Amino acid sequence: MLQVPHREKPNGAGRGTKAIILVGGPSRGTRFRPLSLDVPKPLFDVAGHPIIWHCLTAIAKVPAIQEVCMIGYYDESVFKDFIKEAASEFPNLPIKYLREYQALGTAGGLYHFRDAILKGRPERIFVLNSDVCCSFPLVEMAKLFDDKDAEAVILGTRVTEDAATNFGCIVSDQHSRRVLHYVEKPESHISNLINCGVYLFSVDVIFPSIKTAIKRRTDRPRLVSYPSSENLESSFMADDDDEERKNEVIRLEQDILSELADNKQFFVYETKDFWRQIKTAGSAVPANALYLQKAHQMASPELAKPSANIIAPVFIHPSAHVDPTAKLGPNVSIGPRATVGAGARVKESIVLEDAEIKHDACVLYSIVGWNSRVGAWARVEGTPTPVGSHSTSIVKNGVKVQSITILGKECGVGDEVRVQNCVCLPFKELKRDVANEVIM
Amino acid sequence: MKALILVGGFGTRLRPLTLTMPKPLVEFANKPMILHQIEALAAVGVTDVVLAVNYRPEIMERVLKEYETKLGVKIHFSLESEPLGTAGPLKLAEDILAKDDSPFFVLNSDITCDFPFKQLAEFHKAHGDEGTIVVTKVEEPSKYGVIVHKPNHPSRIDRFVEKPVEFVGNRINAGLYMLNTSVLDRIEKNRPTSIEQETFPAVVRDGQLHSFDLEGFWMDVGQPKDFLTGTCLYLSSLAKKSPELLVSPSEPYVYGGNVMIDETAKIGKNCRIGPNVVIGKGVVIGDGVRLQRCTLLPGSKVKDHAWIKSTIVGWNSTVGKWARLENVTVLGDDVTIGDEIYVNGGSILPHKSIKANVDVPAIIM
Repeated sequence: MLQVPHREKPNGAGRGTKAIILVGGPSRGTRFRPLSLDVPKPLFDVAGHPIIWHCLTAIAKVPAIQEVCMIGYYDESVFKDFIKEAASEFPNLPIKYLREYQALGTAGGLYHFRDAILKGRPERIFVLNSDVCCSFPLVEMAKLFDDKDAEAVILGTRVTEDAATNFGCIVSDQHSRRVLHYVEKPESHISNLINCGVYLFSVDVIFPSIKTAIKRRTDRPRLVSYPSSENLESSFMADDDDEERKNEVIRLEQDILSELADNKQFFVYETKDFWRQIKTAGSAVPANALYLQKAHQMASPELAKPSANIIAPVFIHPSAHVDPTAKLGPNVSIGPRATVGAGARVKESIVLEDAEIKHDACVLYSIVGWNSRVGAWARVEGTPTPVGSHSTSIVKNGVKVQSITILGKECGVGDEVRVQNCVCLPFKELKRDVANEVIM
Repeated sequence: MKALILVGGFGTRLRPLTLTMPKPLVEFANKPMILHQIEALAAVGVTDVVLAVNYRPEIMERVLKEYETKLGVKIHFSLESEPLGTAGPLKLAEDILAKDDSPFFVLNSDITCDFPFKQLAEFHKAHGDEGTIVVTKVEEPSKYGVIVHKPNHPSRIDRFVEKPVEFVGNRINAGLYMLNTSVLDRIEKNRPTSIEQETFPAVVRDGQLHSFDLEGFWMDVGQPKDFLTGTCLYLSSLAKKSPELLVSPSEPYVYGGNVMIDETAKIGKNCRIGPNVVIGKGVVIGDGVRLQRCTLLPGSKVKDHAWIKSTIVGWNSTVGKWARLENVTVLGDDVTIGDEIYVNGGSILPHKSIKANVDVPAIIM
């Protein structure tokens, strides 16, 4: 028998809703190095905007959205400018940053700030991990929430069977879309429907659930399960710290979702749209491509007009200077004040603020860091990863290397030098050809 | 005067180029390799040139026919029905080489150098013995056969030491000889014989073989890597001796000199070309192209912004925009390299179209 909800059944559009963006902190996101050495990952620009800006635009489309809370353990100053700018771009969307002083886990952080979140009496909250790139179909999730009279909705997507065990796996009733079982990074194949890291919870359910989990944890510490040997090899392995293994850390994925699947009105909204994790620095390139393609489909006026030398989609910041003989695209973002010289070629790449690409240079599947210089006739090149792959490393001659070439801040590539499948830490000058290396 | 050029077989070491063109006709510095030698021979008054071949491509006869009248040289093809080594072909061509008593030249066909035929003939005449071999100084004699002179004699050869472990000398056989017709009597008919290992040691035993020091550069250009190095040496020599055959370094696109461009080739804007570049007949170079240490054979095309180094671009091949070729890449006839493609040490067989990077040296069938 289905439980009869004790609250009234109001019209969905009017229900008070808040959104929480989980932004993490500086000790997280180490896999986003070398880029996170200079900019916190949530503020890294893909498709011309910070990663969290893409979350905000989706949240702003949700009716009756009351407020956005960013939760993380970065210093307050980190998001000050971003919040100020977002306030003018989304005037009806109050945004605040709630700082954790220690990592409490995704659920622990929510619970810690429950008073702030519940202020203004929202009925439900969206929770978005900031390190995912997707179309954020929040309105559709809210509709499913209403239609099913749900207590929780999770965004799911289908991946290949091989990739599935690297994520949280969802077993659902195909007809009712109800979540029957949830397991984080299983050792064996369970389902290829995986957790996208985007949720909609009833406040009446999520906070009591976390409270129960905390109590259970205090009574009986969680058994730590180790990933399988294959998972150890994988680039998707969770960055677990000892600190996070402590009891006070409560995570949605490990500690809450499986309970919800057992006891609550928990449904999955399966997106057929794009979805990628932004974990490694290299994953910013596919994320950039996906957001640019989305902007292109929506005919965003921000994008550069296609021409013989602009293969859509391409974003060029208004303050950037691109020589008309340079050929750009597809899937290229050129940052503020960057310059691209005559006869240069940029494809499937991100060129960050104040970077310079000299004449006749060629940049493919790469990220050119802030203030970096690429010399004339130089070639900075990564390797495309297969469509549908969720990895940013590839195996070349039996060795695992980064598929995307990344130049950190203020790096220099000499004239005619070739850099292939390399990650270059900030302030390095590359005067000779390099391939398949991390350059310290 | 008479000369014999040891051409030999299919030139497999210079594949993929020799899949399309017999090795002697492959253009080295915009001229068929063998023509460099025939011209140098004709210049000192050689009237009969024997090409010792063990196959007989019609195209070679056709092309060389044209030069017979131009240079006033009779070119004979001497065809081995079975391989006869390096001495056997001399015996096979005895009719021509021994038609009079005058000495004759012998050349390996893969050699590029400043051919010193005039001085060689004078030196040979002066010492009056049976044979003279041209020798060149090398830095690492341990990789070659080294010649050792008789004590207290500047040119008479005492012995040969194959790949010496200890230093015995630094002069090696350069593959150019002048021999009296009497040497032919030392070679058996119809038996594969090595001139280096059998004939010369016999002449040495009789104290009849002298060495002649080669001035300037020398290179065996029988394989792509050495073909490129040999081109550098040849162009550098040309820059000193006949700079008018090279593009003037004052041309804005010339970088570092040693650039030879056929007058029918077209060069785009904002290119940087050199050093050590040869551009053949009818080649088309786009805008913003960077070329160094490479040979572009006739009819090839390099599109805008490509970057080419240490590469031989085969006849009628096309290199795409922003492509990068390096590390002894050789494109056969009619190869297409796609836009933005990288080729590292690729040997690409004729008529292939390359659409993915060749990251490590490989033969693309």
